[in-house]
Amino acid sequence: MSGGSLTLRGRVRAVLGENIDTDIIYPGRYLNITDREKTAEHLFELAYPEIRPALQPGEFIVAARNFGCGSSREQAAAALKFAGAGAVIAASFARIFFRNAINLGIPAVVAPDAAALCAPGDELEIDLAAGQIRNLTRNVTISAAPLDPRAVELVSTGGLIPYLKRKHAAAS
Amino acid sequence: MPMTLAEKILARASGRHSVSPDQVVVARVDLAMSHENADLVRKSFLQVGVPRVWDPSKIVIIFDHRVPAESEKTATTHKAIREFVAAQGIRNFYDVGRGGICHQVLPENGHVRPGMVLVGTDSHTTTHGAFGAFATGIGATEMAGVWTEGELWFKVPSTLRIAVEGEFRPWISAKDLILRIIGMLGAAGADYRAVEFDGSAIRRMTVASRMVLCNLAMEMGAKVAFTPVDEVLLDYLRPRTAEALEPIAPDPDAVYESTIELDASEDLWEPQVACPHSVDHVKPLSALGDVPVDQAVLGSCTNGRLEDLEIAAMVLAGRAVHPRTRLVVIPASQRIYRDAMRLGYLETLAAAGAMIAPPGCGPCVGVHQGILASGETCVSSTNRNFLGRMGSKDSLVYLASPAVVAASAVAGRLAHPASIVKEIPCPVEV
Repeated sequence: MSGGSLTLRGRVRAVLGENIDTDIIYPGRYLNITDREKTAEHLFELAYPEIRPALQPGEFIVAARNFGCGSSREQAAAALKFAGAGAVIAASFARIFFRNAINLGIPAVVAPDAAALCAPGDELEIDLAAGQIRNLTRNVTISAAPLDPRAVELVSTGGLIPYLKRKHAAAS
Repeated sequence: MPMTLAEKILARASGRHSVSPDQVVVARVDLAMSHENADLVRKSFLQVGVPRVWDPSKIVIIFDHRVPAESEKTATTHKAIREFVAAQGIRNFYDVGRGGICHQVLPENGHVRPGMVLVGTDSHTTTHGAFGAFATGIGATEMAGVWTEGELWFKVPSTLRIAVEGEFRPWISAKDLILRIIGMLGAAGADYRAVEFDGSAIRRMTVASRMVLCNLAMEMGAKVAFTPVDEVLLDYLRPRTAEALEPIAPDPDAVYESTIELDASEDLWEPQVACPHSVDHVKPLSALGDVPVDQAVLGSCTNGRLEDLEIAAMVLAGRAVHPRTRLVVIPASQRIYRDAMRLGYLETLAAAGAMIAPPGCGPCVGVHQGILASGETCVSSTNRNFLGRMGSKDSLVYLASPAVVAASAVAGRLAHPASIVKEIPCPVEV
């Protein structure tokens, strides 16, 4: 996939409230884990320990506004990615988390009404470039902000590092 | 076209005459700072496959989160970073005992100047807006991109102006002001925006107090925050750098998304406290009732500077930390540690029963030097009180000013400093 469209399909694993901070997503005590794959073990460990063991590959986490506020710790986005989350959908994101997610190749989708229109178990289809979410279980459309073309490209490439690798390999 | 500070700096850094909010620009980066998470950056950078960083003179690495190494894991991380720094010729490296908290070490050593674009792999990088820099936090992977290319894309933020006039009442500090503002605006109240603090109350503040405002603006989501580039600031910077210092100011007719006006003497009657578990859960101290305190923490990139240790020493002089309470004091940098030692503040604090911890982040991020047990309550001069931030998920953290932390340590419960010290403190002179 490159540039254009990117469509995801999967189920909602959890619907969370507002201001889900990065300490809740990934506790500070594990920040000395710098193998990104291993961060997945501690996803939501303090506040929502039930989410990670139940999370199936490609499932979505839905939240109200300001998801990922607080620390710049990239482990918060890495833990979601390596635990298998297909995307995070929230009414809004804290800016560093948003950039971290995209740079690691995990879509962060801004959808103001998603938390109200989704329940755990619902099946969704997300068109990232168009900014549209279909809740197939409830047969409703949820409007979302289209992902910036630059972000779509990063997500399609698997994140910033694969993107830079390709760019600099081509240049040399 | 008239521009705000954020717009001016991004215009220049992207080679444009002007920029406006929501425009996406690619800006050259003047300074790239990392702490222990430089190890994550290093791993990503090595994956890119480029042999050398773009400019080793523009990278600064400072160990602060886990100093000295508290575990073999951290020791291994520190070692890997030392080796990388040597291999890449990164000279601006502050090892254990040579620096302190990154946000204190950068300005102390003249790395930050007005007009710079500064990125750091730490959310509180907004602190450096107190030095007129467009300074913001980024993640480790993004920093690997900066190490590779020396530039980064930004969406130009709209700007929120906060004007504060009037005189602060006794015992009221920059911490109380910014907690009050965060309480008013909420944890997402300045999301994606630039914040410009100005007004006579701000211009009278010390550089250290201005840093508190820019540091905590992050907790309402700000991308960057600024206090004025004035003579107070230039006097601080001149002895620290040989580089030319360029005054920079917003244009008088710059366009702001909104302006908030506060009067320090009218709107801030008493100390403010951020209650568990969010920084925007702010109440005036008197509204909290009786809150016994197991631990008091004085330190961090928010409030571990000399004036903070000074006011704590004033409150604790000739008194003792309450038997049920532990007081942990962490000077923000090696330099502050030495100054506080020379001025007798550490002697006063230690004599009162405080434990003085080594310069660094201390227990703020919950990894060492004062972790809380289940059921414990802490009052802290730090910047976050999220669930489990300083230890057990069943512990409580209240955020307050250094004066309230010190008074609470004496009282063994949340306390107003005026209830401990009868004389009124002299305002800190700039």
